[in-house]
Amino acid sequence: MGERVFDVAIIGAGVSGANIARHLSSYELDVILLEGEEDISFGVSKANSGIVHGGFHHDGRYLKSRLEVRGAAMFDRLADELGFPFQRCGIIAVALHPDDFGALGQLYERGRANGAPGIEMCSRERMLELEPKLTPETVGGLYAPCGGIVEPYRFVFSLVESAIKNGLELRTNWRLESASREGASWRLCASTGSSVLASRIVNAAGLRADEVSQLFSAEDFTIKGRKGQYWLLDRLTRSKPSRVVFPVPSAISKGVLVVPTVEGTVLLGPTATELDDKDDAATTRDELEYILRSARTLIPSISETDVIATFSGTRPVLGEDFMIQRSGLVPGLVQVAGIQSPGLTASPAIGEYVTGLLAQDGLDLVPKQDWRPLLDRAPHARDLSFEELDQLIEINPAWGSIVCRCERVSEAEIVNAIRSGHHTLDGIKFYTRAQMGRCQGGFCGARILQLIMRETGLAAGEITKRGGNTTVIGGVV
Amino acid sequence: MMYGTFDVVVLGGGAAGMASALEMDRRGWRVAIIERESRLGGILLQCIHTGFGLIEFDEELSGPEFAERLSDRIPGSKITVFVGSTVIGFESMEEGKGKAAGQVVTFASAKGVTRLESRAVVLAMGCRERNRGNVRIPGTRPAGIFTAGLAQRLVNIDGIMPGREVVIIGSGDIGLVMARRMAWSGARVHAVVEILPRPSGLPRNVVQCLNDFGIPLYLSHVTTAIKGKDRVRSIEVCPVENGALAISKAFELPCDTLLLSVGLVPENELSRDAGVQLNPATGGPRVDSQMMSSKSGVFACGNVLHVHDLVDNVVEEARRTGAFVSFWLEGTRPSREIKVKAGSKVRYVCPGSLDPASNNQVSLRSLVVKDGAQLEIRAGEIVVKRIMKNHVRPSEMITFNLGTTELGALAHIDDATIEISIP
Repeated sequence: MGERVFDVAIIGAGVSGANIARHLSSYELDVILLEGEEDISFGVSKANSGIVHGGFHHDGRYLKSRLEVRGAAMFDRLADELGFPFQRCGIIAVALHPDDFGALGQLYERGRANGAPGIEMCSRERMLELEPKLTPETVGGLYAPCGGIVEPYRFVFSLVESAIKNGLELRTNWRLESASREGASWRLCASTGSSVLASRIVNAAGLRADEVSQLFSAEDFTIKGRKGQYWLLDRLTRSKPSRVVFPVPSAISKGVLVVPTVEGTVLLGPTATELDDKDDAATTRDELEYILRSARTLIPSISETDVIATFSGTRPVLGEDFMIQRSGLVPGLVQVAGIQSPGLTASPAIGEYVTGLLAQDGLDLVPKQDWRPLLDRAPHARDLSFEELDQLIEINPAWGSIVCRCERVSEAEIVNAIRSGHHTLDGIKFYTRAQMGRCQGGFCGARILQLIMRETGLAAGEITKRGGNTTVIGGVV
Repeated sequence: MMYGTFDVVVLGGGAAGMASALEMDRRGWRVAIIERESRLGGILLQCIHTGFGLIEFDEELSGPEFAERLSDRIPGSKITVFVGSTVIGFESMEEGKGKAAGQVVTFASAKGVTRLESRAVVLAMGCRERNRGNVRIPGTRPAGIFTAGLAQRLVNIDGIMPGREVVIIGSGDIGLVMARRMAWSGARVHAVVEILPRPSGLPRNVVQCLNDFGIPLYLSHVTTAIKGKDRVRSIEVCPVENGALAISKAFELPCDTLLLSVGLVPENELSRDAGVQLNPATGGPRVDSQMMSSKSGVFACGNVLHVHDLVDNVVEEARRTGAFVSFWLEGTRPSREIKVKAGSKVRYVCPGSLDPASNNQVSLRSLVVKDGAQLEIRAGEIVVKRIMKNHVRPSEMITFNLGTTELGALAHIDDATIEISIP
């Protein structure tokens, strides 16, 4: 028997790669998803604002704008099928000075032209009614009722689980090192020595898309990193708005937002700094202070005493627009590069669009008769009624052992995450939310290490925070 | 679902929970303790150093020994203990039409979900460590950052070393104790970095845990960045001079492990859910002279009320609270209360009101370091009492008594308020 040749290899298991994989999983195709990090969603997709945008930020002549509007409309069905946390809470943009109405009017017209449903210009009174926590300095604003919030990593996990259920192969810790022609196919080799044969390639490598393109001797471009810093506030904060709150945006950035996350905490940010080093993920004193000041101009009651974490995320920037196209130099390669904001919103439409590009390249799309779009809903202790939790404990007592008190995550959920392949501390955090609450792992960290050791047989010194050299523990006493 | 009824349900089986429960049991009430961990004792179980019990038992004990002194008395009592049990719901019902005030506590364990009804609840959940986000230290997010308490648990209970080249941020007591513990276990502790001009922990811990081991303590130094991509590589530290960062004097301390001992906060999420009013100065419930919160029948003691220095003081407070709960269950209430407020140079006073007809124990913390200080207790223009103190400092809780001698005269003045200050 000859070596298996995949119809498509997708490089990068972020939100773009995951949507492409999930879309392709509905056709009779052999698809493999290759991720360089220890877990999926560990790159750009793990740290962003988690917003489904309202369709008013970008001019319709851009591909990103068209994909944003199309993608935003696809979220309801995806959330129904996959069960990831998503809510159309609406977005407001706040004018603090009458001069802001000029810019807001442009956003409104743009939203109308893009077909953003229900978009509305608002008086001061209307704004304060929509969001009573807003500053009394508010003079008016814009309301996009169809904007929403999503937990980006859970979105990626659900997409990939659904695709795996429909035949996708996934390799993590699989970093592409070389690519060479082998007959009609590509031979992809990883740093670990393993290799894969595939007929067509999708480059969805996020911050590394430029390096991947070079490995194929395809288009020569440079991805710049644009770092955004964030505060995370405790779910008990009194300053949680009920909608996503934007300032009036500037030319280079949408500004510092106040985002009520779909899981109940609040995000403040992001800033926007062009990076020389794409791996520079450090937060800085000046920018963190700037975030607090900026957020308080929108919601004055925001307090630094509610802060439970600070972090940064890096957007892959390549010019003004997304670059999603069949390579002009290398047949069989589709480039999905420069997917910065509104990439998360656009991602379901990117999945569809890239599938179309692959078809243009000659990929035969035969719908699967037995495609199963629905994922089983995994219960979470925090969302269950007392009676429901009691019933689960009867089946499996680990449901009654609450490991993470802040986010109420049971041992059963953590064990499930580990058995599903998430065996780093961060992987478990993104998958279950354990360690994501106000104690940030101070209480549950030790229990989670014990559970990883019990379930995987790893020694304490082999457990990592997020793979590679991020070893958590120094050894034994 | 399982159900139960008790006179009192105690949330938390640490020192405060056990001591209050034992007192209420002794007075004949049906008491339940709900404890998250698999055994009673709370955070004492990971504090294997000595220094506990000098006041309460007149001898020097380790944390686990101190805990055992209390937990050994539980089997001989009628107290019902639920271990491995996490409270997932707490409702406090006010007195209604023909309905007495009542408490409903729901918890989960491997046996299922249990719902307990009781007349009173004692909050004894203790406190939590502040973390890096809470104190907003900028920089990268590498592996190797632990709160001091988590490191203590890893070393003392799980036998796991967090790392070898250690820097400790913050000079709280757990950080100081862990400096010594890490040094004993073969790690190199390079420094303790404290933002304030004085240590946050007890003087005896500075001497025994740092000075005796030659570990440098950098006072008035701010950690301005954590560095390292995968594992911590160093921290950047900057002195504070004249109230501002002296950026030009910033330097790096190399390390592979960071322990944070940057303060403790009472853990009151359950209290908040139940509608208990909190005091922003302590992070704990506002309580009256009987240690009762704003919710009738809900009492609080120990570190969930205000963070203590010594477990001996926690046990004393908890025992007293147990007695107050007993009075309340019997229907005895003080005929009136005098409000207490924190005056000049005082961070907080606990409790928030006093009973002029009996002896009250008062706890407070100073905002300043001062030799030859005087506590002044005034009611309006009248100085009720002056207490001389050789030395006051924020890291040491001050306790004293105010009884009928001092308060009796105020019992007849409407709206009498006492203010305690350090002039």
